[in-house]
Amino acid sequence: MNTFWIATIGTSVIAFALKLSGHSIPAHWLEHPIVQRINALIPIALLSALVGVQTFTEKNEILIDHRVAGVSVAVISLLLKAPFPIVVLSSAITSAAIYNWF
Amino acid sequence: MSKVEAITLRDSLSVSLTVGAYGIAFGAASVANGFSVVQSCLLSILTFSGASQFAAIGVIGAGGSALSAIASASLLGVRNGLYGVIMAPRLKVKGFKRIIAAQITIDESTAVALGAEKRGPDAMQHGFWLTGFGVFLFWNLFTLLGALSAQAMGDTRAWGLDSAVPAAFLGLVWPRLENNRDRALAIGSVLFALAMTPVLPAGLPIIASAFIAIAVGLRP
Repeated sequence: MNTFWIATIGTSVIAFALKLSGHSIPAHWLEHPIVQRINALIPIALLSALVGVQTFTEKNEILIDHRVAGVSVAVISLLLKAPFPIVVLSSAITSAAIYNWF
Repeated sequence: MSKVEAITLRDSLSVSLTVGAYGIAFGAASVANGFSVVQSCLLSILTFSGASQFAAIGVIGAGGSALSAIASASLLGVRNGLYGVIMAPRLKVKGFKRIIAAQITIDESTAVALGAEKRGPDAMQHGFWLTGFGVFLFWNLFTLLGALSAQAMGDTRAWGLDSAVPAAFLGLVWPRLENNRDRALAIGSVLFALAMTPVLPAGLPIIASAFIAIAVGLRP
């Protein structure tokens, strides 16, 4: 077993253990109204943080680049109530155009 | 299960293809960092969590130990456990189906499921399974493709993929922002994650934003 195999197997085993543990917490732990409320709010926080990190950062630094333009176009599309594929496509096209030509 | 709505199918497919295509970048990066094609594919099949996989190969590529690679990847995998807590009471599956559900509980399947929830529990479940299997299929196909042609692929940024993914996440969180509290939480989470980015190891700012949701949720 070399480093690469240990990393491959170790990462995979723990990744699945974490996923399964989430599915194994007793349901009644989640029935309290406060837990229900937090449960609904957590996806908003996590998804928003994901959007922020994937748009404005590179490794451990803030970086403003073509992605900001792409995601800005996505925001405009959403404000104009565009369907999901248009939101994603318009963002990709904008970002690729700026990346390739500037 | 009842008939799948066209809108659910469309959302699942869009996300599966967009995110799955990122597998090319992973496969290529993995091979470039010294992992074999088989190891790269095993990471995508078994770990099946993009951020964790990139962290693992990144740490090894930078000369880190197997242990620190596993630790970094696992830190990012905690997020999936959190998604499991959210999804388990919604999916209500047992036995073998629960094992499969756990393996495909990732950012995308959870996001599409929760986004579809407004159209009822059936749409939510369809969104979860279709997106989970869809991303799994494309992520693994593209990992193999990327690993086999590590050099030929070039730069995914030139195709706008690095904007398409956050745009997809944005499109999924958007309909969930029903009132000013939700919108404030969304903006607060973005700012918090950005402020924490230079301070915390990569991936942690995202997990840490869950604490804002908890703080907001604790207020009556």
